[in-house]
This record gives sequence, structure tokens and C-alpha cells, in this order.
Amino acid sequence: MTVLVFDWFLFIEKLILIAIIIFASLGIALYTTFAERKVAAILQDRPGPNRAGPFGLLQPLADGLKLFTKEEIIPNHSNKVLFILGPGLAMTAALMTCAVIPWGDKVVMFGREIQLQIADINIGILYVFAVVSMGVYGVMIGGWASNNKFSLMAALRGASQAISYELAMGLSLIALLMLTGSLSLKSIVTQQVGTFWNIVYQPLGFIIFFVCAMAECNRTPFDLPEAENELNFGYHQEYSSMKLGFYLFSEYINMFISSTIMATMFFGGYDVPFVTSHLTNPNIAAIVGIVALMIKVVIFIFVFMWIRWTIPRFRYDQLMNLGWKKLIPLALANIFVTGFFILLKENHWRF
Amino acid sequence: MQLLTSRAKKVDRAPMSFLEQIYLWNIIKGMIITFSHIFKKQPTIRYPEEKRAFSPVFRGLHVLNRDEEGREKCTACGLCAVACPAEAITMEAAEREEGEEKLYREEKYAASYEINMLRCIFCGLCEEACPKDAIYLSETFTPADFNRKNFIYKKQDLLIPNPIENPKGLAIAKGQEELV
Repeated sequence: MTVLVFDWFLFIEKLILIAIIIFASLGIALYTTFAERKVAAILQDRPGPNRAGPFGLLQPLADGLKLFTKEEIIPNHSNKVLFILGPGLAMTAALMTCAVIPWGDKVVMFGREIQLQIADINIGILYVFAVVSMGVYGVMIGGWASNNKFSLMAALRGASQAISYELAMGLSLIALLMLTGSLSLKSIVTQQVGTFWNIVYQPLGFIIFFVCAMAECNRTPFDLPEAENELNFGYHQEYSSMKLGFYLFSEYINMFISSTIMATMFFGGYDVPFVTSHLTNPNIAAIVGIVALMIKVVIFIFVFMWIRWTIPRFRYDQLMNLGWKKLIPLALANIFVTGFFILLKENHWRF
Repeated sequence: MQLLTSRAKKVDRAPMSFLEQIYLWNIIKGMIITFSHIFKKQPTIRYPEEKRAFSPVFRGLHVLNRDEEGREKCTACGLCAVACPAEAITMEAAEREEGEEKLYREEKYAASYEINMLRCIFCGLCEEACPKDAIYLSETFTPADFNRKNFIYKKQDLLIPNPIENPKGLAIAKGQEELV
């Protein structure tokens, strides 16, 4: 009898939503590679790729086609199962995070309210953290399975870096979660709609989170796992063809997802100040919300790239120093200060 | 020691403060610099659409000249070959026959005239040496090729189009008309 109770509309609507979100993430990641090259070029007074299509807009398709048609090489002494599993895992972990992000409020269609979020789970943030940590396995397994000293070394670096920065990242979020009192991303956003964004209350927490997100994405200045001058090419040295493409791609998807998380947590997600709370038509509100979220994400991605093309790579000891000796104490101090003010507020601003 | 300029700066070896150790301020300073570059003019020339003009004294591919009646000026005197430091020019002379006055300006002409463009250094000494104004360095460069043999330019490759028989070709060669 359970078959009859099963809500097929919900199933179909979620299926469509998942398909849209995954393809959108892939498409955005595709064009982020292009944007990266363009931003780099513009910051360096160059025109950048401009041959394929108008303004070079077909460049990412040409790059993808090139990666697909390249010879696929699996080294003789590699662990073949893990070698293939590595990039897949990196990609899966990167894509899985978008399940809990609220892309907009809700759409009313065919008399149904469709939430623009794949799953509103009450531990959304924990889920994100769990999945992001899974991404380290992609790097680790890929580096180890290649049976190459440099790859292994790069994988070790990547893993230790990710683990170190996850700590500060988690601590910086604790202060925020103390304010919101919820781990669900949806309720964190709805709390910010119509009032101040969380960045107003947690500027330090945001900076720490931002730095850690950069380290998690293996972006410059924290791209030690792919330090060409020390490690030849990094953990994906032995990879070719689309498996290499998967690694490179997952980095861009990670960047997109972490930008979305930052926009959601600290910058009000799909909220447009003074506008969202006055929109009565839910469909228009949803469209405005999605556009607003995307604009915020694009700004964050630009800042990621801007930083990458501004500063050089950290030395390994500097990286660890920054993570353990600077960011973690700062995050802890942030927790204490936030806690102090929360208590003070509950006590009606009296000691 | 006496400093020669006032530009020397003393190296600051003081340990970094906590704020400096977070690098934030210095990174922001760097980011302001890179951001200002967005608005700078790009020095890039979009090559196939846009070409950089050659200097007026550019020395490119050789041209064997004709006079205004379309007769070859070269008399195969060999002065250019003598002047050539790279020994890129070879020629064979021949005597003008009866009835060839329309082809060659003087009694002697070059039956064959070859320049090896792989040896040529485009110094322009042949141009200076020529007493008859027969050889000139044009404003185009040697096109690339897959075969070494094709870099030895024969007389037919070097001769400028005949102004009487082929005025359009001459205009194109002189750059007065666009190549269609």
C-alpha cells in the first residue's frame, strides 16, 4: 500500500531539480575556466582567449573537446581501480554539496509549491562539511594510486592542508551558528531576509571562512598540492584525458559551491535587501532570488580569481603557521566574543 | 660607506607583527594594484586582423625592378653578388639578341638570377651596390615553407610585375591596391 501513498510529484519535481542543478553547476564550472583565463588576462593587461567564437566564448567547449580526444594513459604500476576512482570521487564530492543549498525560495507551479532546494535537511552545514572532507579522498587516492613520488607528496600536502584548514573553518562557523541557532541552510537564509545579513555580525568569521574556503579549494595562494616548481605538476601528474579534466573541473565546481555557501551563510543567499520582502508573487520572487544569488556567487568567484592572480603561493611552513597559529586562535577569539555578546543580549544589555 | 643615490632602502628585519603575519593588509594592497590594471590599455595587437606597420626603412624580400616600359633593368654585372656578405646571390649573364629590346634594357641581362633566402641576412648591401637600381628590398618578409628548395628564389619569383602587361599586379606589388 505504500506505493499509493508515495508522492510521485515530489519524486519527479526533485528529479528535475537535481538534473537542472547538476547541469547548471557543470555549465557554470565550464565557464568559470573561461572566466579564470579572461580575468587573469585582464589583470595582466592581455586580451585573453578570443579566437574561438565571439569574445572567445566557445573556448571552454574547445578545451573540453580537446580533453576528451586526448589519449587516455593509465600508468603500468598504478593501482588501476583507485586510479580511476580518484577523479570520480573528487567530482562526486564536488557535485554532492549543491544538494542542500537553497537556490531560491519557492516556485508555485501546477498548483504546487516547489522548494528550490533539493533537500532541506536540518544539519545542512554538517552535511556540507562532511562532503567537502570527502573531496580530500579524491586528491589522496589519485595521488597515491599514481605510484609516483611527486603525486604522493602532493596528495599528502593536499590532505594535511585540507584537514588543517577545515578546523579553522568549522570554528569560524560555530560563532555564526551560535547566532542563527540552526544548522539548516534554508532557515539561515530566511533569518537574514528583511534584516541585516550575517556579515554584519560576523565580519571576522567571514574572513576566516573565506581564507579557509580558498585553502579547501586548493586555490592560489594555497595551491601547494599542485606546486609545479616543487612537485612537477601535483597530485594529478599521471592523469591525462578526461580524468585530468575531472580533477581540474572539480576544482572549479568546488570554487562555485564554496562561493554559494559563503553567499548563503554570510550574504543573505537569495535575499535582495529592501526588495525580497515586498515581492508578493512567489514566482517573481524566486527568479529575483536566483539572479541575486548568482550575482553574489559571480562576485565571489571573481574575488577568488582576483586573489589568485595577485599573490604568489605560500611556503609550506607559512601555510601551516597561518592555519594553526593565526586562524584557529582568531576563530576561537571570535567564538568567545560572539558568545559574550549573545549572553549580554539575552541579559538585556546589562552585566 | 657613502651612498651614491638616495634610493637605497634599509632592509627591515624586525619580526612581523600579528597583523602582518595574517598577511591580510598586504594582500589587499596587492589586490588594489592588480585591480587598477583592469583599466589599463592593453599593448596587444590582434595580429591577423591588425598588423603592426613596418618601419619605412624595413628591408624585406628582394625585388628585381623594371623600367617604365617594362624592360628588366638588371645587367648581370655581379656587383650585388660581390657585395653580398652572405653569398646568397648567384647569377648567369647572357647577351641580348636581336628583337629582345623590349625585354631587357641593355645589351647584357641576367639569364638566371637566384637568391637563397635562407642565406640572405637582409642587410641591403645588394641594393646599395647596384649601379642600375635593379634590385630593391621590399616591405614584405619571406613566407614560411616546408621545403628548403622553395627558399631559393628564381628570377621569376623576384621580378616585379610588368607595368605594361600586368599593371594591376604591379599596383598590388607596390601596395597601392589591396590583394583580393
